[in-house]
Amino acid sequence: MSQEADPTLYIQHHLLNLSYAFGKPGGFWTINLDTLFFSVMIGVVFCFLFYRVALRVTSGVPGPLQNVIESIIEFVDGQVKETFDADSSLIAPLSLSIFVWVFLMNLLDLLPVDLLPTIGKAMDLHALRVVPTADLNTTFGLSLSVFALIIYYNIRIKGGWGYLKELLVTPFGVWLIPINLIFSLIHEIVKPVSLALRLFGNMYAGELIFILIAALLPWWSQWLLAGPWAIFHILIITLQAFIFMMLTIVYLGIAHEGH
Amino acid sequence: MNINMTLFGQMITFILLVAFTVKYIWPPITKAMAERQAKIAEGLAAADRGKHELELAQLRATEMLRDAKIQAAKFIEDASKRGSAMIDDAKMQARAEGARLIELAKNEIIIEQANAREALRRDIASLALLGAEKILGQHVDADAHEHLMQQLLTEVKGD
Repeated sequence: MSQEADPTLYIQHHLLNLSYAFGKPGGFWTINLDTLFFSVMIGVVFCFLFYRVALRVTSGVPGPLQNVIESIIEFVDGQVKETFDADSSLIAPLSLSIFVWVFLMNLLDLLPVDLLPTIGKAMDLHALRVVPTADLNTTFGLSLSVFALIIYYNIRIKGGWGYLKELLVTPFGVWLIPINLIFSLIHEIVKPVSLALRLFGNMYAGELIFILIAALLPWWSQWLLAGPWAIFHILIITLQAFIFMMLTIVYLGIAHEGH
Repeated sequence: MNINMTLFGQMITFILLVAFTVKYIWPPITKAMAERQAKIAEGLAAADRGKHELELAQLRATEMLRDAKIQAAKFIEDASKRGSAMIDDAKMQARAEGARLIELAKNEIIIEQANAREALRRDIASLALLGAEKILGQHVDADAHEHLMQQLLTEVKGD
């Protein structure tokens, strides 16, 4: 694939979403079909796997799949309980779905960069981007949902007035309310933005490096770089999923306690 | 690369996913895990209890054994004591019986002796009477000399 076309075009094409525009092309009323499709598919896989186990769950000797899923749940539960001592009946499952969903979506990055796009081409799709987490819409979708939860918990725990007071008077006290407000707003808004951009940046860069390797090297030498990078990427995708989950827990934990 | 409507799609997907996890995935699995934990804890506790009970039973067994030994020793001692007591009793009884028999025999001898003496005395008296008759040449009326006879008898008895 690398030799057949101009590398720049190849790369650009690989960074193009399969999208459908309701308004003008490239505007806000566009929908990235590939991102949605793959994330929903991954979500379904996640639900299917876990639900299968949840249906047949036994407190006796667990089967291999139950064993794996239990260890994931135990890991997530441990992380949540470590940073969070209030009621975690929403936070813990939320963290689990973030961790597993993000991890599985990241995992798509390890598929050969041309595999699914080639199949897509055979199906007459004009473009196909596989990794949903390398799309800002996904990462912001996640982080803004988490942000909404942060605000919800802040208001629920501290009350609307308490939260507002916290935004206004920290960190400098009552006399510097305008500066406090700016600080607090930045402080709060940075949370979803950093969550989203961190995951997006890592996955986008990872994907781009795979694409570059595929675009610039002859096919017989690509494994020399793509192999090590893929192995390294296993670490990154796990780590990014973990960081996203962990920061969500931490942010929600902060929302539960006053300054 | 742009933010577009997909954002909302992803948010909805995420919310559905979380809702599904909260409702159908998390509770049964964690419940089973907690149950297993409880089971394991229970099993461990039961094992501990069993061990403890075994120790107690062993202790009880050795105690019972010791008691039994002590009791057996006591029985043996009692038995031997009673045995010797019975032998002593029997000896004493035999001795008493022997003494009684000897006493009886002695009494009998005394009585026999007395009887013999009496008979002898009577014989002597009659012999004396006979001698006296011979000497006097006439019949001595025993009744007339009853007094004399009695005196004689008393004298004979005296020796």
